[in-house]
Amino acid sequence: MICDVCKTNSATVFLTQIVDGKMQKINLCKPCSKEKGIDDPLNFGLADQFLGLGEALEMERGGALLKCPACGFGQADFKKTGRLGCATCYDTFAEGLDSLLKAMHKGTAHIGKVPARLERTLLFNAQMKALQGELDKAVAEENYENAAEIRDRIKLLEPQSNP
Amino acid sequence: MKFETIFSNAGEWLRGEGPHHQVVISSRVRLARNLNHHAFPGWAKKSERARILEEIKPHIEALPEMQDSYSDELQNLTALEKQVLVEKHLISREQAAKGVGSAMVINRKQTLSIMINEEDHLRMQAIRSGLQLKSVFKMIDKVDSQLEEKLDFAFHPTLGYLTACPTNVGTGMRASAMVHLPALVLSEQINQIIQAVNKIGLAVRGLYGEGTEALGNLFQVSNQTTLGEREEEMIGRLNKVIETLIEHEQNARQILLQKNLNTLLDQIGRAYGILTHAYSMTSKEALNLLSFIKLGIDLGFFPDHCREPVDELFMETQPAHLQKTSQQKLSVKERDSLRAEIVRDKLKEFKKPETHTKSENDPNEAHKNE
Repeated sequence: MICDVCKTNSATVFLTQIVDGKMQKINLCKPCSKEKGIDDPLNFGLADQFLGLGEALEMERGGALLKCPACGFGQADFKKTGRLGCATCYDTFAEGLDSLLKAMHKGTAHIGKVPARLERTLLFNAQMKALQGELDKAVAEENYENAAEIRDRIKLLEPQSNP
Repeated sequence: MKFETIFSNAGEWLRGEGPHHQVVISSRVRLARNLNHHAFPGWAKKSERARILEEIKPHIEALPEMQDSYSDELQNLTALEKQVLVEKHLISREQAAKGVGSAMVINRKQTLSIMINEEDHLRMQAIRSGLQLKSVFKMIDKVDSQLEEKLDFAFHPTLGYLTACPTNVGTGMRASAMVHLPALVLSEQINQIIQAVNKIGLAVRGLYGEGTEALGNLFQVSNQTTLGEREEEMIGRLNKVIETLIEHEQNARQILLQKNLNTLLDQIGRAYGILTHAYSMTSKEALNLLSFIKLGIDLGFFPDHCREPVDELFMETQPAHLQKTSQQKLSVKERDSLRAEIVRDKLKEFKKPETHTKSENDPNEAHKNE
């Protein structure tokens, strides 16, 4: 059996750990086990100790053979490079990425700049939703004069739908 | 604009006229952006990278800031030319390793440089002399706002700007300042300082960023996280830390002057002696010695007009600049001897450091130059 870390020497140290009811196995050669400081197996967090590998294991819980539908990127690729394949990967691997991002960053949600185009779209959507609500209410109340006025306002707003 | 123009002109940031330029060499902010519906550069096939490049490049060249810019694709540059751009901090080492499908656009003043298909589709940076993180951020933010009207940037409602590496997601921003801290190094306080800076979530790195050595007592301090904090807040926080670092460095300089003058003079004198008399010098040695000459100028041991030639030497003694100047590829030995020659030549007008006059002077003298 080959060492999981250096992938060259044959493994002489075999570790098995159960985390959240899931078994994780890792095989190491002597120099690698020393380098990782595995003198005391009791004091050893498998997923934590192996930078990169730890992240990949986190992602593994999100689904063993998950591939991104947009770009074909798989979790093994992330394990190899530490980079994702495309923007859609963030949704594909969302479950595994969550805890990774939490550990990496100050917060879990972006509160900074939003592209102006998107901001305009969001504003437009919010306005439309509000007007649609008013319209529905007016119709339900059979207040047709009001409803007609709201419909006109919607018509006025519509050309801005694609800023 | 041609490569030669970029090469033969020092960037604005190197001219050392910005605020607090004695300690802060430069301020830099970079933003990472990606397009929707395209694989990130590291995962995209060659043909897709070429399409991405075609889509992005015209919009960058059309920016008002990029009129009269230097725009080229990486495969058109020699290894030496790429290295020159790395030494000038205009492209990253990662970008220098790229070829077909990657490009960069740099403005005339060399304050703005945009890399296409580095780790992300777009890496845009602004860099200026001294401590001016806020204005540097404004500069790059403006470019970003102009580009986002033309390009469809990948943006997630909760995660913000999406990047190839999860460490950059959110703002996609890395703000950094390059600081010169010789007194903190000499007084052996630097490790403590680095640890303290790390503790508040900022990274301290060497001259050329991640994984590089701290040569010439130069350090890069930057933010480490990009998610969960506003850009302006992050910049403000970094700015405060840099201001504190300046204060510590200035204090350490005063203490050296007052309590360890002999050590200080010994370092500066030795640096002067070796730089003006050596016939072979590695770039590492040159940077480390030039750092003490720079400190000597800051403290008034050399006249102020020495500043510019010394700042120039920091760049001119770098391996690629040296070889580009000599118009040929040189062996390590040849490089070291040419480097020593350039240094000797430039410093030949320098008089010996005026040590005895300074030692009795008002220790606050050093602040006057700021």
